[in-house]
Amino acid sequence: MNPWLEGLICVLLLVGSGFTLVGSIGLLRLPDFFTRLHGPTKATTLGVGSTVIASMLYFTTQHDGLSLHELLIPLFLFITAPVSAQILCKSAMQQRLKTTPKTRGKPWQL
Amino acid sequence: MLTIVIPICLSLCSVAVLLAFIRLVRGPHQSDRILALDTLNINAIALIVLFGLWLDSNLFFEAALIIALMGFISTVVLAKFITRGDIIE
Amino acid sequence: MSRLFPHPLLSGVLVILWLLLVNSLSLGSWIMGLFLGWGIPRLCTRMWFENARPRHGWTTVRLLLRVTKDALIANIQVAALVLGPTRRLKPAFIEVPVDIRDELGLTLLMSIISLTPGTVSAELSEDHSRILVHALSEENPEQLIHSIKTRYEQPLMEIFPC
Repeated sequence: MNPWLEGLICVLLLVGSGFTLVGSIGLLRLPDFFTRLHGPTKATTLGVGSTVIASMLYFTTQHDGLSLHELLIPLFLFITAPVSAQILCKSAMQQRLKTTPKTRGKPWQL
Repeated sequence: MLTIVIPICLSLCSVAVLLAFIRLVRGPHQSDRILALDTLNINAIALIVLFGLWLDSNLFFEAALIIALMGFISTVVLAKFITRGDIIE
Repeated sequence: MSRLFPHPLLSGVLVILWLLLVNSLSLGSWIMGLFLGWGIPRLCTRMWFENARPRHGWTTVRLLLRVTKDALIANIQVAALVLGPTRRLKPAFIEVPVDIRDELGLTLLMSIISLTPGTVSAELSEDHSRILVHALSEENPEQLIHSIKTRYEQPLMEIFPC
């Protein structure tokens, strides 16, 4: 395989796994539910997107023929991640979860 | 180069799964657990794609897509359940 | 043409999705994709937004590129925030007034706010006039509101005029 292409795939894979890990670290160590919501919905989605693009490049160049169908996964994740984040946030607000004392502004009372 | 990088990525993703699992066990609230399950779903997709690369097989794509679909639906249903106490109103 | 394909945009998207899913461009895939693109909009005419007729293709492309770029840049900032000390975080709930009235545009605006890191759109008020946004670390709420309104809402209002 072309070394430049292999390097690009490696970088994309490492970036993707790194973002996935950062999302989970955020889930574990941030102080309250609303801040934890930020890690998985965004960093993890971007991580999977990057990993999948690396996989797409690999299969397109290694096996004959264009292989674009992996694109469906990040597309679907980018459409659904905001929806699940919003519905989880709504349920958390309805349950009156506590925010960290430093938070400015108040959640609405549902 | 890929034979070195893919195991590194697999172990990074496994650590991510472990961290999300700790949050799943610790809670402290139902919403946190649902969020942890959602994260586990997305991590599972990343792991499956990486595993497909490792085995040089294109067959794992369908599994990843189906996990993405089921993960989204289960997150929405669980969140709706704890909000309303019911799924179909 | 308009009777055969009542929603040309939806039909086109469905054909493309089908071709991606089967991962081939053979004649059979095209026929099946066109059949689905004809049949599915016909079955769910009533569910589809009545006036979803996006205009300004160029503005759409520019908005898409801008969102991708912002998501990438700000994801790195969020990663730094997550890995840094947590006591430096300044989480905040911020109310953003919105002027956009089109439902599809409003949905897209909320999705874009969630995807551009640092913020998650939490709730839409009953009368669709305000969005509650949770920011991970925000010093300056006015600036955030201003940037949401000029960077994302303005192009969306051009694309989906009411």
